[in-house]
Amino acid sequence: MHPHGEDPASHALRPASKFKKDYYGGALLVVVGLAAVYAGVGYRVGELAHMGPGFFPVALGGLLALTGLLIALSARGEEPASEEAVSHGHPGGMPDMRGCICIILGILAFLLFGEYGGLLPATFAIVFISALGDRDNSLTEVTLLSLAMCFIAVVVFWWALKLQLPLFQWGG
Amino acid sequence: MIGQSLHDLWFGFGVAFQGSNLLWSFFGVLVGNLIGVLPGMGALQAISILLPLTYVMHPVPAILMLAGIFYGSQYGGAIGAILMNMPSHPPHAVTCLDGYPMTKQGKGGVALGVTMIASFFAASVGIIVMIFASPLLVQIAFKFGPTEIFSIMLLGLLAGSTMSRGSPLKGVAMTIFGLLCGVVGTDVNSGSFRFAFNLPELSDGLELVAISMGLFGVADFLLNVNRMKSIGDTGTLKLSDMRPSKEELKRAFPAMIRGTIVGTVFGAMPGTGPTITTFIAYALERKVSKTPNKFGTGMIEGVAGPEASAHSKTQVDFIPTMSLGIPGDAVMALILGALLIQGIQPGPQLITEHPDIFWGLIASFWIGNVILVVLNVPLIGVWVKLLKVPYKYLFPAAMFFIATGVYSTQNSLFQIWEVLVFGIVGAVLMTLEFSVAPILLGFVLGPMVEENFRRALLLSRGDMSVFVTRPISGTFIGLCALLLMGVGYSAWRARSHRKAMLELPKAPDSAPPAEAVAIGGK
Repeated sequence: MHPHGEDPASHALRPASKFKKDYYGGALLVVVGLAAVYAGVGYRVGELAHMGPGFFPVALGGLLALTGLLIALSARGEEPASEEAVSHGHPGGMPDMRGCICIILGILAFLLFGEYGGLLPATFAIVFISALGDRDNSLTEVTLLSLAMCFIAVVVFWWALKLQLPLFQWGG
Repeated sequence: MIGQSLHDLWFGFGVAFQGSNLLWSFFGVLVGNLIGVLPGMGALQAISILLPLTYVMHPVPAILMLAGIFYGSQYGGAIGAILMNMPSHPPHAVTCLDGYPMTKQGKGGVALGVTMIASFFAASVGIIVMIFASPLLVQIAFKFGPTEIFSIMLLGLLAGSTMSRGSPLKGVAMTIFGLLCGVVGTDVNSGSFRFAFNLPELSDGLELVAISMGLFGVADFLLNVNRMKSIGDTGTLKLSDMRPSKEELKRAFPAMIRGTIVGTVFGAMPGTGPTITTFIAYALERKVSKTPNKFGTGMIEGVAGPEASAHSKTQVDFIPTMSLGIPGDAVMALILGALLIQGIQPGPQLITEHPDIFWGLIASFWIGNVILVVLNVPLIGVWVKLLKVPYKYLFPAAMFFIATGVYSTQNSLFQIWEVLVFGIVGAVLMTLEFSVAPILLGFVLGPMVEENFRRALLLSRGDMSVFVTRPISGTFIGLCALLLMGVGYSAWRARSHRKAMLELPKAPDSAPPAEAVAIGGK
């Protein structure tokens, strides 16, 4: 897996037709598959009767690259299909950038404060920052929501479920 | 023999109905239900949190309470999956596919109602099978060597990956990607690290709960933020909204029966968890349906079948756990652990040595399921209120639940990194019109597929033909081939149809052929 190479902003900004999406999707799989093959070869492949740790990753990587290639190839020459959505009925096109950035920053803030601040600051941070991602939220609403979640964090997770994360801690 | 079983069952009901036992059962169901609804908190977390409580309890109420937690959290997980698209227990990932669209259409109550009926029905069938057929099922399970297990898993993977909406090729690609994710960690045979990127936290592999929360929870928020006002915009939901209409029942009931059969058959097979059974049940529903292209848009069959299979599967799962001491999945392993802590050795002698535990447990399954129904009728109002919470409050709150819930699985912040990465990966893949559910299937089965593949070939000295020449395994491989041919044939037909359409320059206002739609973008 090489998730860091998959920046959602890089290729999806232009109005992507079905053709382009399958083309990029297939290409992405080929890259991931070949990366797995490359890494797998480094783990010693072995042979059928005595497979090394690399055998399975190499086989899977090869298969993934192959299916990726087939997907990219079969994208060629298709007219853009007008089906509304694929997996969960999501609207097509680009997601909202401000919302996405706030959600990602919220998780990163939870990680940071979870490590160096404790449960309460982490809770406040993740709710506050991700709520800011919604354009309809006002600062007061966001603050109240964050405080409410802090209350739940203390009562449900810290007190009732005995979560192993101190409410406050100073430094790691 | 049947008379004896019935007599023992009667004795079991006597044990389960004793005041304190009943009370602990109820307590378990209630707490499990509440914890199960929280995103990121499934049966596994609920049981591990309350396991220490059982150290000081008598064995019978302890095990009854654990069973209650198990049921309660499993049903709670379905609530989260249907109402909020958040599967806290991995088998419910499939329930999301059609349950959540139903909620968006204002039919979330019906989906919950059908889930309740399906789980009660399937669990009842599972219990009956467990009582009467366990000796037989145990014998069949013994016939399964690594070769057979690999073949049946291959069939499961293929059936599961072609179930996604849109191109089957993309489904297969996502399954392979999931299998690759399953490779992460320590190789059991050689002990070497694979894809661990020098991170000690990855030596145990990726965390299932973190992946499913990332792919289904965070990815969903990333795509829907600022695009949705609230999940269900229907005015009010009453108890009566849970009752499916006659038409809906007519569609759900056969699906329920098929799902129950799938769950029961797979329950007896060692090494197959409830996740794969729900995927297979879903694929089956899609195969028998007259409108397979509508799956994923809120088909009631897509909720009833998988839910029924999960519940009958978990019942039957107790057979290998109790009678052989082989747990089918992590939850069963915990229950096994609880038995061992009480000084009870699961095995063939368990039934004769501890009849109060074995039969009491079986009776408590039924009682637990009844409590669940009774409990959730008044609670339904609470659950549906969740829907009316505006999205702008719901998703930040859910982000907190996900982070805290995932943290609690191993008390480690590292799992939250996994949630983040898989959230982004899931959002990218969904934008590229891939369906992410097969990733989970591949991930769950990956380690077992690899292990059995390597073991089978080690035993045959590298001769691949064993998979075809051994009769049980050969049957499964044959079914795989049939499935592939079927998929290929319908794709080819769709393509030639489309070609024909393109050659007629102006096919006037005729609707596109059904197959072309069914195959989606292929």
